[in-house]
Amino acid sequence: MQASIEVSRDPAVRYLLRIGDTCLIQAQRLAEWCGHAPILEEDIAMTNMALDLVGQSRAVLTRAGALEAELGGAAHDEDQLAFLRDERDFLNPTVVELPRGDFAITVLRNFALATFLKLLWERLLGSSDAELAGIAGKALKEARYHQQHAGDWVLRLGGGTDESARRLRAAVDVLWPYIPELFEADEIDDHARAIGLGPRWSELADGWQAEVLPVLDEAGVAPPAARAFRSTGKKGVHSEHMGYILAEMQHLQRSHPGGVW
Amino acid sequence: MSPVVTPGTLPGPPAEPIDRTAKSTEWPLWEVFVRSKAGLDHKHCGSLHAADPRMAIQLARDVYTRRQEGTSIWVVRSDQIVASDPGEKGSYFDPMADKVYRHPTFYELPKSVDHM
Repeated sequence: MQASIEVSRDPAVRYLLRIGDTCLIQAQRLAEWCGHAPILEEDIAMTNMALDLVGQSRAVLTRAGALEAELGGAAHDEDQLAFLRDERDFLNPTVVELPRGDFAITVLRNFALATFLKLLWERLLGSSDAELAGIAGKALKEARYHQQHAGDWVLRLGGGTDESARRLRAAVDVLWPYIPELFEADEIDDHARAIGLGPRWSELADGWQAEVLPVLDEAGVAPPAARAFRSTGKKGVHSEHMGYILAEMQHLQRSHPGGVW
Repeated sequence: MSPVVTPGTLPGPPAEPIDRTAKSTEWPLWEVFVRSKAGLDHKHCGSLHAADPRMAIQLARDVYTRRQEGTSIWVVRSDQIVASDPGEKGSYFDPMADKVYRHPTFYELPKSVDHM
């Protein structure tokens, strides 16, 4: 089996890995619907969005690997970073690794994440890293569409049948405890903010609430009360679900090192 | 509550309202027309099922413009299209077969006139 790589501990690299991993794992969960969506057209729509996210992840991981080399470490390419890192070196927030669940969970998570990523890409347009700013310009258009498409589905499920509304309410209860992690501040964010790489994610909280809560309200669902629980995926401490995703995602490269199409 | 709500809370361009009365398990069929670039016609490229106009436009985008096929999309409910009767094909179209003089092929076009 192909051994794991050592990844830089530099906070700027880790800031980029958080973004790239968030897109990558969210893409993996969305892609699980390929061939299983409720209707053919939505099957294609979800796969399109997954592919947009894979593209964003590729670009950001490529930049992270190049930055490792600029900082004097070993350079890694996108494939090494995606397929040869251990679970503890993945820095996505826990919410994206939760099982895909039913269509309501998928739709609601997609809406929450697309809104978050849209706000993040907007801020990254002004990044001191020209390449990251360039990636943001392309990704922003994609995230806007994802938000619109998923947001429409939230309204449709909320205002649809008793069953769809019940499932949407259940989805809010499942996902909401994992949302605060997105906006937790730490030293990685402080560093990124200080060097102009990107915003602290905590700075996106108000904008996110302003765009998400009215849609939930219109859909007739209320978020559960805040709790003390904090998930810790961004620090590399993941839920029990993460290992299974990586096993599936990394199996080929680990078993057949360097294998290509 | 009014059955049709405007998704004003959603960011993005103004779009068709979401029709919340569409609860049937059989969504209507829509014909999709895509314009490949400015100045060209919208061309029929296929059909899809969707609950309302807003969903039809989004799904048309996802299904029919994935490979940069389009810059503009029209969707039309298939049941709104009035079609000629296939049984009348003979009387409708065959009489044109022997009227070659209706084609402007007897003119010499100057070389500078393209694409006629």
